[in-house]
Amino acid sequence: MAFTLPKETYTGKVYPVTIGSGDKTVTFGGENVLPFHSFEGTTPYRPLVAYEIMDVPPTEWPDKVKEPYAAVSDNPVKWAKYCETELKAKAIALRLYGTHPDNGDKSAADAVIVVKDVLAAINVPLIIIGSNHAEKDTDVLVKVSEAAKGHTCIIGKAQEANYKTIAASAMANGHMLIAMSELDINLSKQLNIMITQLGFTKEKIIIDPMCSALGYGLEYTYTVMERIRLAALTQNDTTMQQPMLGDVGMYVWKIKEVTASEETLPEWGALTERGIAWEAQTAASLMLSGAELLIMRHPEAVKAVESFIDELM
Amino acid sequence: MALTGVEIFKLLPKTNCKKCGFPTCLAFAMQLASRKVSLDACPDVSDAAKATLGEASAPPIRPITLGAGAKAVKLGEETVLFRHEKKFVNPCAFAIGIKDTDDAALQDKKIAECLTSEIERVGQKLKVDAIAIINESGDKGKFETLAKKVAEKAGDVPAIVCSSNTDAASAALAVFKDKKALLYGATMANVVEMAALAKANGAALGVTASNLDELADLTEKAKAAGIEDIVMDSGAKKAKDILEHNTMIRRAAIKKGNKSVGFPIINFMMRDDNMLETLMIGLGIAKYSSIVVLSSAEKWKNLVTFTLRQNIYTDPQVPMQVQQKIYEIGTPAPNSPLIVTTNFSLTYFIVAGEVENSKVSTWLAVMDCEGLSVLTAWAAGKFTAGKIAAFIKESGIEDKISNKELIIPGYVAILSGALEEKLDGWKITVGPREANAIPTYLKSRSA
Repeated sequence: MAFTLPKETYTGKVYPVTIGSGDKTVTFGGENVLPFHSFEGTTPYRPLVAYEIMDVPPTEWPDKVKEPYAAVSDNPVKWAKYCETELKAKAIALRLYGTHPDNGDKSAADAVIVVKDVLAAINVPLIIIGSNHAEKDTDVLVKVSEAAKGHTCIIGKAQEANYKTIAASAMANGHMLIAMSELDINLSKQLNIMITQLGFTKEKIIIDPMCSALGYGLEYTYTVMERIRLAALTQNDTTMQQPMLGDVGMYVWKIKEVTASEETLPEWGALTERGIAWEAQTAASLMLSGAELLIMRHPEAVKAVESFIDELM
Repeated sequence: MALTGVEIFKLLPKTNCKKCGFPTCLAFAMQLASRKVSLDACPDVSDAAKATLGEASAPPIRPITLGAGAKAVKLGEETVLFRHEKKFVNPCAFAIGIKDTDDAALQDKKIAECLTSEIERVGQKLKVDAIAIINESGDKGKFETLAKKVAEKAGDVPAIVCSSNTDAASAALAVFKDKKALLYGATMANVVEMAALAKANGAALGVTASNLDELADLTEKAKAAGIEDIVMDSGAKKAKDILEHNTMIRRAAIKKGNKSVGFPIINFMMRDDNMLETLMIGLGIAKYSSIVVLSSAEKWKNLVTFTLRQNIYTDPQVPMQVQQKIYEIGTPAPNSPLIVTTNFSLTYFIVAGEVENSKVSTWLAVMDCEGLSVLTAWAAGKFTAGKIAAFIKESGIEDKISNKELIIPGYVAILSGALEEKLDGWKITVGPREANAIPTYLKSRSA
């Protein structure tokens, strides 16, 4: 008896986004089916995994994820080059963590120097992310956006509180923009609409529905992403057809499961593998629900996710 | 294919006798359509209607119980494709695979990993659910020896007997007779003999095909041989194919009412690379496996996969809650800060995480507000001055702290006056509105 394949027809498509300049550009998104459903449509590009680096040494990262970068993390340029040459990073995400008023309050001018130096040192595309201080990011992201003109970066994150200035500057300087809202499909849609009403091209937005770590609300992000994808594909909702970001590393590498020692919690097993697997599993699950861009920290976690993508493509 | 309420109504006696507990036959029909009641509640339904309705009201994916006794696990019974539609019903079972070619020490180690795998997380007990014994050698004697060892050391753990060799399968399956084992390995070549074996031993039958067409054929053959409890392997091995087959099967069963694939799915996720295997288990959890077979169950790997399974199988319409109590973050002393918040799991996790980030040891008082977030709980009258005061007094925290100061979420600053009245002798402090401001707040307090 033949099995009739119940294929779906999708009316919408996720916008492909190309970042970087010269011959080192990378494209992600572009599929017209649910994640990895290449059996009923096209999935032209792999999800992109970017390595996270910071403008200041990662003193607050747990040891297990500091270790791989011990020799380079005192300097963002060295760190970026290491990711590109040794770890074969396909993109780098620079978090301007030191600009936060509580983490050193570095100036926008300092951030501009770091961004210029990193851009000069690497060939792969750069994602530039602020410190998540809504007010300070306005100042910092506008200036680094100008400094990175011509490199076609991703700038973020624009939130409801500060999207106008950040979007205007990303637009003026030819960058893509991350639009972050808080774990709600309607808030996400609303922010996209507000940004496009400013004249920002809808195909240049990347949705960040707000990440969460495995065990710490992952089910919410997972389902918000899945619903965004269904809206984009089955209802052809053009305000939800942007690729999505899973900013995985920063949410994973602060929870108890990746820091608690084997002595205190022997029932949780080996700490090294536990942390790597936690980050990889969080990223993999978000990919399955719709994320096309992932920002990650541990090289072994990235490796596992890339192998998983190989098997899925 | 599921019938609508009106279609069901036509088959009912239309007497409105109320014996089913509903005022009218139509009301009962509506409940039947949404699978909230069983047809058994109607005493007067005709046999013909029963047959029609029984077929139509059966869940699109047949529920199957694996194993007997306290450790039995339920599989299948799923009704939706995406978790926002309705809760995924029976969590994907994890089975550790033990080969009869593994040396004795490795076999023992895997049995032990299964037996000691239980972890408690957010009030649920999570564990590796089953043992799959695999006839890698093709040898009957070796396989039977392994079966006996597993039965002796882990007799109450549900067993999956994996062999396509009917002799070997027969010998090993007999060890688990009438324990609702799963006999996995029925192919086009041996399905009749395997079905007979499964029946004779009170086992479910696992069929293994090389594609979806063959799979549908196989289940029909198994049904024709009198087997009702079937578990399916479409033959997909690679992640891409597993995703495709599992999706097609789930859609066909649920959206098209295709009964030939309306059974739980088993996927073998073993990989040489253990991290990749972990992610493959994740694929099975998210994408419709009812059983995943693993090559090892290290504690770190269990913690990751158990947690994901718990996340994916929570009810999206019921907020996850944590237990009401005073949580100790770090090693709080009598003069450590005391923060109160609600028991919505996301609120708890975010607040606890940020308090941990602050590195300031803190008493975190988590109050039962039926799993609502701070603002919602306040708006719903569950996070009021009176209730918070009662909770703090009854919690016994007064005996553990030296200065009676309670930090409340910034969003409910409005409660501070009323709380000061109700908590006599206490100082009420308004904390940050958002959890991400907690580290700065706590650090500046302790400075």
